Amino acid sequence: MVNYLIRRVGYALIMVVLVSFVSFVIIELPPGDYLTQRVQQLRARGDRSAEQQVEMLRARYGLDKPFLERYFNWAGNFLRGDFGESFEFERPVSEILGARLGYTVILAIATTVLTWALAIPLGVYSAVKQYSPGDQIISVVSFIGLGMPGFLLALIIMYFAIIVFNLEVTGLFSPQFQDAPWSFAKVMDLLGHLWIPALISAVTGIGGLVRIMRGNLLDTLGQPFVEAARARGLKNRTVTWKHAVRIAINPLITILGSDVFPSIIVGSSLVAIVLNLPTIGPVFVDSLRKLDMYLAGTCIVFLTIMLLVGNLVADLLLAWVDPRIRLE
Amino acid sequence: MQTNPSPTPTAEAPAGAAPDSRETLIEVRDLKVEFNIRGGVVKAVDGLTFDIKRGQTMGIIGESGCGKSVTARAILRMIPRPGKITGGNIIYHRRRRLAGHQTAPAETNIIDLTTLDPDGETIRQIRGGEIAMIFQEPMSSLTPVYTAGTHINEAVTLHRLLPIKTLGDQMADKIMQYRHVTREEAREIAVQMLRRVGIPRPEQRVDSYPHQLSGGQRQRVMIAIALSTEPAMLIADEPTTALDVSIEAQILDIMRELQQTANMAIMFITHNLGVIASMADEIVVMYMGKQVERAKVVDLFYNPKHPYTKALLQSVPKLGPRTGQRLASIEGMVPDPLRLPTGCVFHPRCPAFMPGKCDQTIPRWVEAGPDHWARCLLYEE
Repeated sequence: MVNYLIRRVGYALIMVVLVSFVSFVIIELPPGDYLTQRVQQLRARGDRSAEQQVEMLRARYGLDKPFLERYFNWAGNFLRGDFGESFEFERPVSEILGARLGYTVILAIATTVLTWALAIPLGVYSAVKQYSPGDQIISVVSFIGLGMPGFLLALIIMYFAIIVFNLEVTGLFSPQFQDAPWSFAKVMDLLGHLWIPALISAVTGIGGLVRIMRGNLLDTLGQPFVEAARARGLKNRTVTWKHAVRIAINPLITILGSDVFPSIIVGSSLVAIVLNLPTIGPVFVDSLRKLDMYLAGTCIVFLTIMLLVGNLVADLLLAWVDPRIRLE
Repeated sequence: MQTNPSPTPTAEAPAGAAPDSRETLIEVRDLKVEFNIRGGVVKAVDGLTFDIKRGQTMGIIGESGCGKSVTARAILRMIPRPGKITGGNIIYHRRRRLAGHQTAPAETNIIDLTTLDPDGETIRQIRGGEIAMIFQEPMSSLTPVYTAGTHINEAVTLHRLLPIKTLGDQMADKIMQYRHVTREEAREIAVQMLRRVGIPRPEQRVDSYPHQLSGGQRQRVMIAIALSTEPAMLIADEPTTALDVSIEAQILDIMRELQQTANMAIMFITHNLGVIASMADEIVVMYMGKQVERAKVVDLFYNPKHPYTKALLQSVPKLGPRTGQRLASIEGMVPDPLRLPTGCVFHPRCPAFMPGKCDQTIPRWVEAGPDHWARCLLYEE
C-alpha cells in the first residue's frame, strides 16, 4: 500500500511537471499577449522611465533569455510561491488567487455536500421504486437539470429573486457586510447568500449523479447477492443500503475525486460570473479571455494538481471501501 | 436416519403403505404464480401441490424455465416483480423459539405463507431463520465487500437463539428460555459453521473476502450461512450447477451429513437427474409450470408414469458398451410460455400423443399408482 502510494505520487509529480511545461508554452504562445503589448506601448512612449520599465520587465521575465531558461526561471519562482504578476490587475497572481481561495473552497464544499446529499438518496429512491411516479418525476427533473446550463438557471433565479421577492442574491455578502470584520452576523449573511450558488450548482450537477446512481443500483439490485441477503431475512432497507448501495456507489467515488477537487479552481465559473461571486472561476475565465498569461498559467497548473490529488484521493477511498481493489 | 434410496430400494417403506409418520412441515396446495408481462400473462407455476415433511428431501426437477425456482421463491415470498401468487396456499407448520419467552418445542402454529406481507416482520423471521436458501451462483451470492464472517454474523444475530436455562419439564418436552447471541458468540458460531462445512483453517477463513475464496468454498460458506440459524428447511436452488463434479460431490455430502444431524428438510431443485437420485426421498417433475408427476424417488426412476418423465430419464447418457444408438432426446422445442398448447401442454412433444384427446382435454392430477401421481390422460378413465 505504501509502495503504491509512493508510486502514485511519483506519477502525479511527473504529470505536474509536464503540464506546467505545456502551461508555460501556452503562456508564451500568443503573439498579442499582455507582456508584448506592454513592452511595445512603453517603447512607443520612448521616454526614459518607460525604458526603465521595459528593462525591469525584461529582467523579471527574462525576455532576452532562451525559452527553456525562461521556463526554468518561471518554474523555479513557482516553487517558491512567486507565480508571476497579473497584468490585468497589476498585482501578484498569488495575491489575487489567495484573496479568493477561501470563498472558492467554501462554495465548492457547500455545493458538493448539497449535491451529494440530494443526489444519492434521490438516485437510490429512483432505483428502488423504479417506474413509480416518484421515479418518473425525479428522472424528468434530473434531465432538465442535466440539460439546463447553470448560468441560465442563475439568471432565472436572479430574475425571480430581484423582481418578485425583492431579494439581494448576487455576491456572497450584503453591502453592509462587504468590508466588515468577521462576526457571527457576517457568517450568517454569508450562509444566506451561499445557498443560491450552491443550489444552482447542485441542481445542474445533481442530474448526472442521480442517473448514474439509479443505473448502478438497478444493476446491483439484480445481482444474486442482493437476493441472497434478502433470503437471510434482512430488512429491505438493510438489503438496499448495506448490500446494494455499498457496491453501486463505487463508480461515484471516482467521480467525486475527479469532480470536487478541480471544482475548487473552475467550479461553476459561469454561475459565479452571473452572480458576481468573488471566486477563482471568473478570474480564470477572464484571464484566458484577456490573455493575462501568468494568471491563466497558474490556474491551469493548480487545476492539474487538484485533478491529480482528486484522483489519488478517489483511488485511496475506493481501495478503502472495496477490498477487491486493495493492493497487497 | 438417512434415506439414500438410489442403490437399494429395500430400505424404502413398502409401496402403498400409509405415508411415513414424519410430521408435515410445508403443504403446497394448488399454487399458482403468474407474471403479468407486456406480451400477456405467463403462468410460471400452475396448480402445484406437494408436501414436505420434517427431515425429508423433496426434489423438484424440470427443464430451465419450468417454474422450479419460482416455486422456491414463492415459499419465501421473494418472487421477483412483476410475478404474483394468484392462487393456492402454502401452509407452513411453524415451530419456533422466541427470545425471552418460554416455549415448548412441540408448539406448532399453522401459517399460510401466501397471506403474509412479503416485506413484513413474520416472513422475515421465517426467511433465513426457519427456511434458508442457497443459490445457483455461489460466485456472486456473497456481497463482495463483506467477509464470510460478516455474512454468517448477519444471519446469526438476526435468527439464532441460544438456550439460557431449562425452566421445567413438561411431559417429554423441555421448556426452554432463549436469548439472542452476542457479537463474540456470533463469531464463534461463524468459525464453527465454517469448520462444519469443511473449510480449512476456519479461524482465518472467517475473515476472508469472497474474492479470496474458490467457487466450492463460496458455496460452502453459503451453506454455512444457511445452516447457522438451524432452519427447519433448506431450499437448495441448483446449488451445484456452477461447480465442477468433484466439488459437487463434496457439497452434496455436506448437505446430506448436516441434514441428518439437524433433522432438516431440504427442497432440492435441480435439472440434474443423477444428483436428485442421490439426494431426494420424493420427487416432483415439472413441465411448463405444471406438475406432471410426483412419486417416491425409486418409484419414479424405476417406474416413471408420465411420458415426459420417461423421456427425461431416457435422455440421460448411460455408461456401458457402445450400443450404436444415438442419445435419446425430447422431440421439438419448449413452447412459448405466452402461447401454451391446448389440452396437455406436453402433447406437441409427446411420444404417446393421442390425437383428438391430448390436444383438447386438460389432464387431471390422478393417482397413477400407489402414492404415485401424474397428470396424463393415459391414466384417466
